[in-house]
Amino acid sequence: MRPFEYQRCDTVTDARQAGAGGSRFIAGGTNLLDLMKLQIETPQDLADINRIGLDTIDETDEGGLRIGALVRNSDCAADARILRDYPVLARAILAGASGQLRNRATTGGNLCQRTRCSYFYDTAMPCNKREPGTGCGARGGQNRNMAVLGTSEHCIATYPGDMAVAMYALDATVEIQAADGGTRLLPVRQFHRLPGDTPERDNELDEGELITAVLLPKPVGGKHGYRKARDRASYAFALVSLASVVEVSDGKIARADLAFGSLGTRPWHDPRLEQLLVGEEPSKALFEKAADTLLAEAKGFGGNDFKIPLARRMLIATLADATGLNAAGEPA
Amino acid sequence: MKTKLIINGQDRALDADPRVTLLDALRNHLGLPGAKKGCDHGQCGACTVIVNGRRVNSCLTLACMHDGDAVTTIEGIGMADDLDPLQQAFVRHDGYQCGYCTPGQICSARAMLDEAEAGWPSFVSEEMDGAIDLSQLSDEEISERMSGNICRCSAYSNIVDAIREIAHEKQGASA
Repeated sequence: MRPFEYQRCDTVTDARQAGAGGSRFIAGGTNLLDLMKLQIETPQDLADINRIGLDTIDETDEGGLRIGALVRNSDCAADARILRDYPVLARAILAGASGQLRNRATTGGNLCQRTRCSYFYDTAMPCNKREPGTGCGARGGQNRNMAVLGTSEHCIATYPGDMAVAMYALDATVEIQAADGGTRLLPVRQFHRLPGDTPERDNELDEGELITAVLLPKPVGGKHGYRKARDRASYAFALVSLASVVEVSDGKIARADLAFGSLGTRPWHDPRLEQLLVGEEPSKALFEKAADTLLAEAKGFGGNDFKIPLARRMLIATLADATGLNAAGEPA
Repeated sequence: MKTKLIINGQDRALDADPRVTLLDALRNHLGLPGAKKGCDHGQCGACTVIVNGRRVNSCLTLACMHDGDAVTTIEGIGMADDLDPLQQAFVRHDGYQCGYCTPGQICSARAMLDEAEAGWPSFVSEEMDGAIDLSQLSDEEISERMSGNICRCSAYSNIVDAIREIAHEKQGASA
């Protein structure tokens, strides 16, 4: 690990000043410290924000919840209100990492976690995300875990997390405090960036900006689910995952909020899916059309070609399950 | 960086480079080598200790981030002449082979049982209502909740046997 200056912040104001001075924030540290040990991240100044508060879940005036940025993943996933009204979020968090990691990992930090692309991690290989302009090792390399949607010629790495995928399905909002003290709200669906020609920028946070909370809208009901395909049953990143909030009313789909993990370069929400599904009678033909739409622009790189049929089957099975059809998408 | 820690109930002072992880502080600075360094990247769980009642990977957190925190290591759970019931269960069920992962397994299991008792669901829990019956804690639940602890000797079935026995006893004791 490269040497750094360490500063312990006691208040949000301390943190804002540290951010304005160019410090990197450290909260749970489970991703940042790992990357610092490998010298992939080399901050000169670290500001420890673990003691600045922002660690409660509170009800909002709109009837939703405000999850403080420092709320640990394990507390969020065990919160009675989250379990009752937003089970998709609890399930997604519990699908990720291990008990030990969830006890440290925070709501804000989890949103900012970096890719687990093995070329990003291997400092002897080219990687435009780690070192802009060096090329992409994954494109012609082992790309089994890479994205099939949202890729660019510069980067095909996935955003690896689970929590954010559920937040995309729930259409949550990220509350951000700028280094000058101003606050802005950003829909989570706009928080992560496509790689384009600047893959080194994972998200829309500007230097010194601090996530202060994630806001969940008023509960919407419906059937919540988080399906995750992975190489082992637990403690593994997704090959493809799907967060779903689906409601059927009078025999027609009334709600279909869907977001995919590890399929794209960012958590993947395609607004065309709900436009296509809502108001329609559930059927296998309809679900296949949704899968065609989702994957129309999907592009595999050899090793990850399997993700396209996997996502297709996962979408159809999830919609069938949530609307009461059998696994083949026919009336049960 | 001066840091005060309460380790296994004792006040300890540390003055180390801020780069020192909690794991290295315990092992190299404070004479507590019970927590093990396996992968040093949070992937194996051998370094698991309990901080303020919660299990964490001590390799993925800096010692200086824990000023004033209470840390329990395997040395605080039980030593050879005074084993904790969970340690005794691991012996009885042969829940290890080489033993390298065992301190982490035991710290993890102990905190995991508290999590389950507090009603925390897991990814395999069918109901998400915040009620867990420890006496009914299934092998699937134990395996999922313990997935952050790798055993390269693959003593998993015996580890699950040991934890199940204690889980079921714990429920009996608190009922």
